[in-house]
Amino acid sequence: MNLADWVVFLGTLGSIAAYGSWRTHQIRSLNTYLKGRQSTGWVTIGLSVMATQASAITFLSLPGQGFESGIGFVQNYFGLPLALIIVSSVFLPMYRRFGVYTAYEFLGRRFDWKTRLLGAGLFLLQRGFSAGITIYAPAIILSTMLGWRLDLIIVFIGFLVIVYTVTGGSEAVSLTQKWQMVVIFVGMVAAFIVLLVELPVGLGFDDAAHVAGALGKLQAVDLSIDPSRRYTLWTGLLGGLFLALSYFGTDQSQVQRYLGGDSLRESRLGLMFNALLKIPMQFLILLLGALLFVFYQFERPPVFFNQSEWQHYAQGPEGGVFRALENRYVVAVADNETAIRAWLQTRASHESAEEPIARASMIEANRRAAAIRSEAKAALLAADPRAKTKDSDYVFVTFILAKLPHGLIGLLIAVIFAAALNSLAAELTALSTTTTIDFWRYFRPLAAADEARNVRVARRFTALWGLAAIAFALLAGFAENLIEAVNIVGSIFYGVVLGIFLVAFFFRRVGGGEVFVAALAAQALVITMFLSLNIGYLWYNLIGCAACIAFSLLLQTVLGPPAPADPGRAA
Amino acid sequence: MSGLLPDQGSDAEPPGLPGFHAWRGLYLFVFGWFVLVVVLLAVFARHFS
Repeated sequence: MNLADWVVFLGTLGSIAAYGSWRTHQIRSLNTYLKGRQSTGWVTIGLSVMATQASAITFLSLPGQGFESGIGFVQNYFGLPLALIIVSSVFLPMYRRFGVYTAYEFLGRRFDWKTRLLGAGLFLLQRGFSAGITIYAPAIILSTMLGWRLDLIIVFIGFLVIVYTVTGGSEAVSLTQKWQMVVIFVGMVAAFIVLLVELPVGLGFDDAAHVAGALGKLQAVDLSIDPSRRYTLWTGLLGGLFLALSYFGTDQSQVQRYLGGDSLRESRLGLMFNALLKIPMQFLILLLGALLFVFYQFERPPVFFNQSEWQHYAQGPEGGVFRALENRYVVAVADNETAIRAWLQTRASHESAEEPIARASMIEANRRAAAIRSEAKAALLAADPRAKTKDSDYVFVTFILAKLPHGLIGLLIAVIFAAALNSLAAELTALSTTTTIDFWRYFRPLAAADEARNVRVARRFTALWGLAAIAFALLAGFAENLIEAVNIVGSIFYGVVLGIFLVAFFFRRVGGGEVFVAALAAQALVITMFLSLNIGYLWYNLIGCAACIAFSLLLQTVLGPPAPADPGRAA
Repeated sequence: MSGLLPDQGSDAEPPGLPGFHAWRGLYLFVFGWFVLVVVLLAVFARHFS
């Protein structure tokens, strides 16, 4: 990065953060601090919901996913529009009708205080850990690629977010997210255009897409019912629906984004905005990755994209093995390029008899090059079993640093940082709101009348959660598998929380006592299964939800009509 | 608990978008758009395979 990049990078991030702090520094109302201004329109709500979900790792990993496995991952989002329709028509009217600050406050109204605290506690546990990962995951990649100190990146992201979230709360989050999303859209479109321009002379989008398609990168919809396939239309519709329903309907970091606003109409339109745009947006990011794959068929790529990791081991005692792999890869990539050009030639000249042979040669040449990449990863593991062998997250940032003009590099690095700030800001305000409303105000009901004190407390909790996230991100470097552990912890608890909410909305005869016991039993079942069985952890979302609903209905049948809710404290 | 059912009155406020007089119509439009996007993705994949 040169001076122009630094000016664009710091200017973009600094001005948005300063704007958010300046516009919201006079907020004294708890309602505005936790929900945002009543005048918030649906475009701001929609962009805020979108920005909260799109973390920095989305813009680093998704192009890498498209590069490595193709665009089939887009099917994971197929359940999202359906989930948003359910949230908009069932969840949202209830939240707004009761005027709650948090989704868990609603559980208190519908059931009782202990179910509310259980839901809020599970959210804090899960989201508290993941806030640290929201900082750490992009920081480790940027640190590796840019040569910046990891701890400084973590502290920079953390403190920048703390400044404007503590100052302006949810209002500052919505304001800054809107402008950060503008920066993200501009940056990604610019990167897409540069990528198309950088393709070899004579290779337009149509040819590039045909190359990607022929090499299996554009399989967008898979109708297979084979359960071993990870991404299909069916897993996307079923798994994606449950995942999106629990995330958008019960996770306070999302619920808080759409609870603000002038009316139910604004919130609903904000959600429908996402239902319409999310799949096309994810498709375009994945397509960018698939086109990067084509780009690197003609531009000799490194055998392993995380060059810092590769060079670390290549300079060790096994260096000869690594250099031999590099040399073999150069030859394989050259053969691959020749085969692709030969296939494109047969397509252009309409030699229908030659085309299948040329296509088979191209696929085989590509397979040989890919096999050497696999060997390279195996060599890393042989050199050190703890070596990081996933390099797809480094593909897009490698392209940014190598091919984008100065100025635009600064903008794209700002895009990645902006995405990290967006997600983290929403997480911190959600954690702070839940701690303030569901715990602090619950256990100190007399303090609820003092509005100024409530705002002060919410600000302190925001700062404390921000510091906790920074500390967790700094410690995450000492335990690499912590990231996966956080995902597993999330899946273990998410399903049960969704089950509680679905019982609340759809099974009106079930009371607080039953659902509380059912949730604990379902949680115990999920934890027991996790400790004793070897199944994919994403399944626990479905199992936890189904078990919670089934146990609730069973208990309700056995125990009879519910006791009335405790409206006094729970409200 | 019947007071906690989804609010029937919540549909009283229309979407306020041209051509949409009720939320049900907007939801159907979103669902139709989703189906169209999936079909277009399938056609895109088939065209470039």
